[in-house]
Amino acid sequence: MPRKPWARVNWKKVPVWLLSLTPVFWLAWRAWNQDLTANPIEYITHFTGDWTIRFVVFTLAVTPLRKLLKQPDLIKFRRLIGLFAFFYGTLHFLTWFAVDKFFDVHEILADFVKRRFITMGLIAFLSLIPLAVTSTKGWIRRMGGKRWQKLHRLIYVTGIAAVIHYYWLVKSDIRLPLLYATLIGLLLGYRVIVYSRTFSASSLKNPR
Amino acid sequence: MLIKKPADIRYSEVTPKHVYLNRRSFLAGIPAAFLGARELLAGAKLANVGKSKLSIDEKQNTYKDVSTYNNYYEFGTQKEEPSQNSQKFKTSPWTVSVEGHVAKPRKFSLEEIMAVAPLEERIYRHRCVERWSIVVPWVGYSLSELLKKVEPTSKATFVAFETYWDLKQMPLATPERAGIPLPYVEGLRMDEAMHPLTMLSVGMFGETLPPQDGAPVRLTVPWKYGFKSIKSIVKIKLVGSMPPATWNITNAHEYGFYSNVNPTVDHPRWSQSKERRLGEFRERQTVIFNGYGDQVASLYAGMDLKKYY
Repeated sequence: MPRKPWARVNWKKVPVWLLSLTPVFWLAWRAWNQDLTANPIEYITHFTGDWTIRFVVFTLAVTPLRKLLKQPDLIKFRRLIGLFAFFYGTLHFLTWFAVDKFFDVHEILADFVKRRFITMGLIAFLSLIPLAVTSTKGWIRRMGGKRWQKLHRLIYVTGIAAVIHYYWLVKSDIRLPLLYATLIGLLLGYRVIVYSRTFSASSLKNPR
Repeated sequence: MLIKKPADIRYSEVTPKHVYLNRRSFLAGIPAAFLGARELLAGAKLANVGKSKLSIDEKQNTYKDVSTYNNYYEFGTQKEEPSQNSQKFKTSPWTVSVEGHVAKPRKFSLEEIMAVAPLEERIYRHRCVERWSIVVPWVGYSLSELLKKVEPTSKATFVAFETYWDLKQMPLATPERAGIPLPYVEGLRMDEAMHPLTMLSVGMFGETLPPQDGAPVRLTVPWKYGFKSIKSIVKIKLVGSMPPATWNITNAHEYGFYSNVNPTVDHPRWSQSKERRLGEFRERQTVIFNGYGDQVASLYAGMDLKKYY
């Protein structure tokens, strides 16, 4: 007899789900109240874009936080948080593609070639797709942990591309792009330091 | 950027519409002697406003659109910030200095500005460089009326404008925060400034301007991108060479001195061929000179508009 569906629910993940979906509920609430500013499409585009880059930061923060807080179990949430980065990225992309540009493929292609901030945004979004596709347990098994991890370092590209995308699109007030650049810089810098330390440690352990 | 604080005011707390709509009768009830000529408060009803042949016949945007979606970086760089941060902006007393290559330089009080010429309502299109547009019923008169009063000399070939700048009244207005040098400055060629369409605006929707829309007096140049229409003017100087313009100084590659609306000259980072009229779902085609070509194209005869963007 099949198990009851709720028996498979990982209750620890429920708060993560709820917290991660809060921005969508907030957006829906504002839409319901017709409170999406005088330019709702622009508002939704910026809102979903902001949450995409925030979730990329959250995803990248999991590994350093595990070490700093001595909470190795946090790893259990990383895939889920990363999938929410993809979720908001998809909303962001669709707002642009389907609502703002209204499937105008001609203009979209022109933008993709001519507008470097759009090119960079698409790179950021496309880099998330293989990660989302291979996020299942089946794919981890099929690929093997090492290869899977290697592929998922693509999120570093996502982070860098997302920051450049944001920096290139603002008119003059660069404070927020700089904030995200700093955060992502720190999170990637942490990995560089850890990597170089383990590298030098292992070369010490195995002298020629 | 966008984790927004919830609005300070809930809908339930907003003045009921029937009371709101009657606020003018309340204002009108205040004896003029008590009110005094100085109290030209934002949102006060303007009397004796005539109609204008320069008005276009297009659906106007709502007061809410025009007063809550603003670019006024001295009050914050997000669209809804100016309407939230400018409500205590004191615009009285106010003087505008008109100086430079003129026979009769002088300072105008706001009351004098209001009396330079009969006020008229002009419904103009307004196209922002950011690909959105609105239709606004401005109140004012042609800038040329004011300039004639000071008698420009033959040396005057350009007009330089300057916005009020005061960190006490505008605590967010640091160049670091705004990302642009301040005070905000703009300029027009003399013939552009004297063109009848170029308007000195003191009101919109039949009322004095709210702070976020450039109270108490601003420029409205409908065939140019919105940032040319400088707000809260304190100085107008007639000069003999091309004056600096804030966005042009900030990024000359992206914002030219002329900045005429032109769908064939893209902003380096986005196309200018289309625009979204606020309140509309689909984008519409942008028209050269924002649709005022038959009145202003001759100003630029023989000029390469791709070079002089």
